[in-house]
Amino acid sequence: MSENLIEVRGLTKKYGDFVAVNGIDFHVQKSESFGFLGPNGAGKSTTMRIIAATSQRTSGEVSVLGKDPEIQGPQIRAHLGVVPQQDNLDAQLTVSENLYIYGRYFGLPSKFIKSKINDLLEFAQLEEKRDVKVEALSGGMKRRLTIARSLVSEPDILILDEPTTGLDPQARHILWDRLFRLKEDGITLLITTHYMDEAEQLCDRLMVMDKGSIMAEGSPAALIKKYSTKEVLEVRFGSDRNAEMAPAMQQLCERIEVLPDRILLYSDDAEAVLESIVAGGNHPNTSLVRRSSLEDVFLRLTGRSLIE
Amino acid sequence: MKTSRAVAIAERRVGQPGERYYAGRARAVMERSFIAFRSSTWLIILSGFLEPVMYLFSFGYGVGKFIGDIDPGTGTMISYAAFIAPGLLATSAMNGAIYDSTWNVFFKMNESRLYHGMLATSLGPMDVALGEIGWALLRGFIYATGFTIVVAPLGLIPSWWGVLAIPSAVLIAFGFASLGMAVTSYFKSYQQMGFINIALLPIFLFSGSFYPLTVFPGWMQGVIKVFPLWHAIELIRGLTLGVVNAGMLTHVAYFLVMIICGLFFTTRRLNALFMR
Amino acid sequence: MSVTRSERKVPKFGARYILEARIRGMMKFFWVIVAVAILNPLLYLISIGLGVGTLISNNIGPQGIDGVSYLTFIAPALLASSAIQGAMDEVVFPTMDGFKWGKVFFGMNSTPQTGADIAGGVFLGAMVRTVLSVGVYSVILYLFGAMDSPHSYLAVPIAIFAGASFGAVMLAFASYVHNEDMFFTIVGRFIVGPMFLFSGTFYPLDTLPIALQFFGWISPLWHATELGRYATYGHSISGAMIGVHILFMAVMLVVGLKIAFRQFQKRLTK
Repeated sequence: MSENLIEVRGLTKKYGDFVAVNGIDFHVQKSESFGFLGPNGAGKSTTMRIIAATSQRTSGEVSVLGKDPEIQGPQIRAHLGVVPQQDNLDAQLTVSENLYIYGRYFGLPSKFIKSKINDLLEFAQLEEKRDVKVEALSGGMKRRLTIARSLVSEPDILILDEPTTGLDPQARHILWDRLFRLKEDGITLLITTHYMDEAEQLCDRLMVMDKGSIMAEGSPAALIKKYSTKEVLEVRFGSDRNAEMAPAMQQLCERIEVLPDRILLYSDDAEAVLESIVAGGNHPNTSLVRRSSLEDVFLRLTGRSLIE
Repeated sequence: MKTSRAVAIAERRVGQPGERYYAGRARAVMERSFIAFRSSTWLIILSGFLEPVMYLFSFGYGVGKFIGDIDPGTGTMISYAAFIAPGLLATSAMNGAIYDSTWNVFFKMNESRLYHGMLATSLGPMDVALGEIGWALLRGFIYATGFTIVVAPLGLIPSWWGVLAIPSAVLIAFGFASLGMAVTSYFKSYQQMGFINIALLPIFLFSGSFYPLTVFPGWMQGVIKVFPLWHAIELIRGLTLGVVNAGMLTHVAYFLVMIICGLFFTTRRLNALFMR
Repeated sequence: MSVTRSERKVPKFGARYILEARIRGMMKFFWVIVAVAILNPLLYLISIGLGVGTLISNNIGPQGIDGVSYLTFIAPALLASSAIQGAMDEVVFPTMDGFKWGKVFFGMNSTPQTGADIAGGVFLGAMVRTVLSVGVYSVILYLFGAMDSPHSYLAVPIAIFAGASFGAVMLAFASYVHNEDMFFTIVGRFIVGPMFLFSGTFYPLDTLPIALQFFGWISPLWHATELGRYATYGHSISGAMIGVHILFMAVMLVVGLKIAFRQFQKRLTK
C-alpha cells in the first residue's frame, strides 16, 4: 500500500514576468527516492524550495504530508531535512556545535541531541573532526556534515539540492553510499541533479524538467527504454567536418544527433553501425560504443545537452 | 508514520497565533550566538567595555580640564565627566545594538547564509529576528552594567535613580537594534550599508553627549530633538543625575514606538526575503 | 593569434594596473566616499569645534588652549586623523578581500603581477582616497577660517604623509591576518580608537598623565598633529622635534611597505 507524501497539482511560480515553474503536476510516495533532472534554470530548485516551505508559490496546489506549506511552514519543516545547493554551515562553530545547534533550532532537548551527535559524526565519517571549526573542512566533508546536520531531527523526507556538485569522484561515491543507507532506512529522498550517473544510481523515479515544465517521468530504465535505443555510437570527425559527414550516415541508424564536437548515432547494435561507416570508406578520428544513458533521454526530449 | 520528536514539538504550536512566523524558539537563535561568542577570545569580549571608558577618560578628564564644571540645565553645577558619562552610556548602547543588528546581520544574511540554514528548520522568521535582537540586548545589558560599575565609584552617578540607567540602556538598545535590523533587511549592497555609518555620525556627534544643546541656535536644537539618541541621553542623564520627572516618559514612549515599528518591518521583510 | 610569444612582455611597474583595479573598485563606492569626505569634517568641526569649543571658551576664554580658538587647535589633528582613517580603510578592506574573502589577489598573481606590485597598487589606491579626502577637508577648514596663516598649506602634505605612513603599517599588518574578527577588534578598539582619543587631538598631549602620553609618542597622529599645528598657527616646537616627527613617520612608511611587499609575495606563493 503506497502513500503519497507529497502531492503537487498545477504548481506555478513566477518571478515578475519570468516563469520559473510552469504548471507542473507530480506526486512522491513514501520511502521513494525521487529525482529532478534538468539543466541549471530548469525550475528544479524552485520546486524543491516550495515543497520545503521556504518559497511561496504563485498558483497551484501543494500538499506535503497533508499540509499546505504556505500555511503550516514550520510544522512541515519539522518533517524535513534540507541539504541546500550552497553549504550554509555555521562557519563560526565547530563540527559538533553545528550539529548541536541545528537540533536546537528544531526545539530538541540538549540531552537528546548530544546522544545523537556521535552517531551522526560516524555517519558523516567526521569523528576526528569533531572539535574542528567548519572552515577547515574540505568540500566533501562539508557536504557530509550538511547531510548529517539535516538528519539531526530524524526527518521523514530528505531534500538534497545537487548533493555532489563540485565534489571529486571519490567524495561523490562516499556520499552516494551514505545516501543509499538512508534510502534503506526508509527515508524519502528528493534529489535534484544534473548528473545522469547520479540520477541512475540514486533514484527510483525521475522527473525530467526543462524551462519550468516536466518533459518526462518514470524510472531511469523506463525512460531510457522509451526515449532512446539500447546503444549509442559516438563518432568524431573533427569540429569542422562533423556537420558535413552527418547526412551520409543518417540511414544507418534509428536517429542521429549532431553536436558541435561529435555525432551520436542511436541504434540497438552500435557496433554494426560503426562497421558500416568504416566499410563506406569513412574513418572517424575517434569512436565509442556505449549503452544509452539519461543524457540521451534528455537530448532527445529537449534537443540540448544537459551540461552545457 | 512514526512521529519524530521534532515533529511533536512543532505540532504543539498548531493553532497558536502567528504559527507561520513564530515557533516560540527565539532562544535557540540566542543560544547559537552564545556558542559563537564563547569561542571568541577574551580580548574581543573585553573590547566592548573599552570604547565608552576611553571616551570618558579622554573627554571627561582630558577636555574636562579646560571646561571645568557645567550646568546641565538643572541649575546645579556638575563636573564635565559626570555630564558626559550618561551620554556615553546611551551612545554605547546605541553603537553596540546598531553594530549587532546591521553589519552583523547583513553578513549573516548575504555572506554566510546563516539565516537560510535556520529557516530551513522549523523556526520562523520572527524567531530569527527576536533571537538576534535578544542577543544584542543581552550583550548590551552586560556592557551597560560593566560601564556603570566602572563609573559609579568615580562619583559620576550621583543619584540612586542611576540604577534605572541600566534597564534604560537595554530599552534604548532594543529600539536601535530593531530599527537597525529592519533597515538592514532592506539593504542589498555594501554601498547602501556604508550610508548607515554616515547617517549615524551626526546622531553621535550632535545628540548632546558632549555639551548641552543650548550651545546651538534654537532651530538646530529643534532638529536634534528629533534624533533618537537625544531622547536616549536625556532619559539616562535624568536618571544618573537624579532629575526625574513625568516628562521622561515621552522618551520611553519614543523607544517603544521605535521597537514596534522595527519588529514589524523586520519580520515582514525577512518573511518576504526568505519565502521568495 | 595576433600577438606572438616574443612580443609578450612583463609590464614594467605593474602596480599601476593594480591601482587601476583599485580605483575601479572604489568608484563603486564613489558616493559613500564623497559623502564621508564632506560630512566628516563638517560634522566634527561644528560639533566638537564649535560645540565643545563654546564650553571651553565659556570657562577659560576664547583662546584658552595654545593661544588659539579651539577650532583652530583641533583642525590640524582632525585633518591628519581623516587622512589616517581613509588610508586605513582602503588598505585593510581590499587586503582582507584579496587574501581571504574574494581571493582576488590570487587571480592577480596568476598574471605577471608580483606580490610587491599588488601591495604597491593597493597602497597607491589608498593614497588616492587619502589625497581626495585631505583635499576636501582642507577646503572646508579654510572656509571655517582654521587655515589662515601663510604656511597653513603645509598641513596638507603633512596629513597625507601621516596617512601614508599609517597606511603602510596597516598594509603590512593586514597581510598577515587570517582571523579577521580578531583583527578588526584589535585595530578598531585597541589601535585606532586610543590613537584618535589620546594623541593630543582634543587637548595638548602633556595634559594627560605620563603613562597615557606614551600612546601619543608612538602614534603617527600625534607626530602629524604637532607638525600641522606648527604649520597652521605657529605652535611652538623645536627644530630637533620637527626632525623627530618627520623621521618617525618616514620610518613607519618605509618599514611598513618593506614588510608588506615581502609578506604579500610570501603569502601568495605559499
